[in-house]
Amino acid sequence: MPDTNSNPPALPIPQVSIPPISWRRRVTDHAMTSVAIVTVVLVLLPLFAIFAYLVYKGIGSINLAFLTQTPKPVGEPGGGMANAIVGSMVILAIASVLGVPFGIGAGIFLSEYGRNRYGDIVRFVSDVLNGVPSIVIGIVAYGLVVMRQKHFSALAGGVALAIMMVPTIARTTEQMLLLVPQAIREAAYGLGVSRWRTTLSITLRTATSGVITGVMLAFARVAGETAPLLFTAFGNQFWNWKTDQPTAALSLQIFTYAISPFDEWHRQAWAGALVLIILIVGAVAAVRIAVRHGTLAGA
Amino acid sequence: MGVGITVEHLNAFYGKTQALFDINIAVLANHATALIGPSGCGKSTFIRCLNRMHETIPEARVDGAVRIGDLSVYNGTSATQLRRRVGMVFQKPNPFPTMSIYDNVAAGLKLNGFRKRKQLDEIVHKSLNASALWDEVKDHLHKKSGASLSGGQQQRLCIARALAVQPEVLLMDEPCSALDPISTGKIEELIFQLKEQYTIVIVTHNMQQAARVAEFTGFFLLGKMIEFDKTEKIFTNPSDKRTEDYVTGRFG
Repeated sequence: MPDTNSNPPALPIPQVSIPPISWRRRVTDHAMTSVAIVTVVLVLLPLFAIFAYLVYKGIGSINLAFLTQTPKPVGEPGGGMANAIVGSMVILAIASVLGVPFGIGAGIFLSEYGRNRYGDIVRFVSDVLNGVPSIVIGIVAYGLVVMRQKHFSALAGGVALAIMMVPTIARTTEQMLLLVPQAIREAAYGLGVSRWRTTLSITLRTATSGVITGVMLAFARVAGETAPLLFTAFGNQFWNWKTDQPTAALSLQIFTYAISPFDEWHRQAWAGALVLIILIVGAVAAVRIAVRHGTLAGA
Repeated sequence: MGVGITVEHLNAFYGKTQALFDINIAVLANHATALIGPSGCGKSTFIRCLNRMHETIPEARVDGAVRIGDLSVYNGTSATQLRRRVGMVFQKPNPFPTMSIYDNVAAGLKLNGFRKRKQLDEIVHKSLNASALWDEVKDHLHKKSGASLSGGQQQRLCIARALAVQPEVLLMDEPCSALDPISTGKIEELIFQLKEQYTIVIVTHNMQQAARVAEFTGFFLLGKMIEFDKTEKIFTNPSDKRTEDYVTGRFG
């Protein structure tokens, strides 16, 4: 032990004069801060502008009838998009049930077992799939499901959207799992926990909030897709509760109404767009709140 | 009860680089054995060979024989079975961040399929008691995450987690290197008590710590075990010149 009783010899403190911050630095500082604020505003502005315009154009046509009735024939006033709202939910539910497990599974493979050539191939294919135009995915689902069933269906629409969800979910899941420190995996191995158990109960669980972000991104992206539904779900003017029959979807209904020559239909298209965006925001927010509710203090 | 460890002609490799050269050692049951040596000399690699943690690194491999009690580590034993009998505490505290304090301690048992609620409660209580953490956390076992504790508490949580699976051997890889002196003191006291039930192998950079907690000490240098003897002998009258130079601070 060093002797702590005697004081060390006092060191002379060197005299340095720190010059005052120059005006150039101050100006640059303010300029860069302003640039950052301006870019944030520029990024957020379109979002708020779109939402505000949708509310302005659509809110007037949203009423009980719009939310509870099916479309009226041309020329008759009133009617609504209830069947399309439900149809969109059904198609998105099918897409999520099919797409999320495959996407997360592929992400787990890429991060935990795919640090090699096979992984590189999957990564490449997945990135290419992400860039395939959505209408092409629609054709694939047409060939896979519609041709075989001999008619359009919610299932076919769900399959098309599921295919679109998989690459986004896979890559974000991979990134999120890679962020989990190796030490956490080792802690589980050290307790005699097998590798697959560790992956599911430790690694994936630790990365949950990031993985869910990826899932919600993919969900929000496909929720507004129209092209892949054109010849899969096809659309329907009436109620349909069967997943193997042509099904209405909000995006399809908006498309049909927006290109029609009737003012009443235009107004309903705006209302439909507003409902669609509220549904997406609502779904994302609900999942976020549910996740936060299950999180511990300090985690 | 702890069991003894025997290691014969152990060599370990990372790809083409050899990290350990012909290690032979017999660790006594229910004693603490310290491994000292400069950074990069293979101490950590060595204890990771004892619970086959070494092989989780790609391209790493081992040859030689290791026996833990009556269990042959590299001959027909599954790594997961082995690791349930050989607990490990790591250099940096690594609690599972999404789990509560309770779930952290119960993790080893739960993830291996043990679900009896009452017994789990009891084991969690006992393990936290054994790691001298119970009094500090008993009021928020389920409410707080393991990651919300202080560094020293986290390390004791990790010790409790390792104890909960009721191992016979406890490997500690520099368990105090990230902790302040007070937490270090608590963990050293703990090692003293744990010796009665477990065989402890501890890697440390702190020679005083080795002298305080361990009956036996091994000195590693460049992947070789230079000397292995009673701690007292290593620090007062080592037979090898290099050991003497290291413990007297002339190099390393």
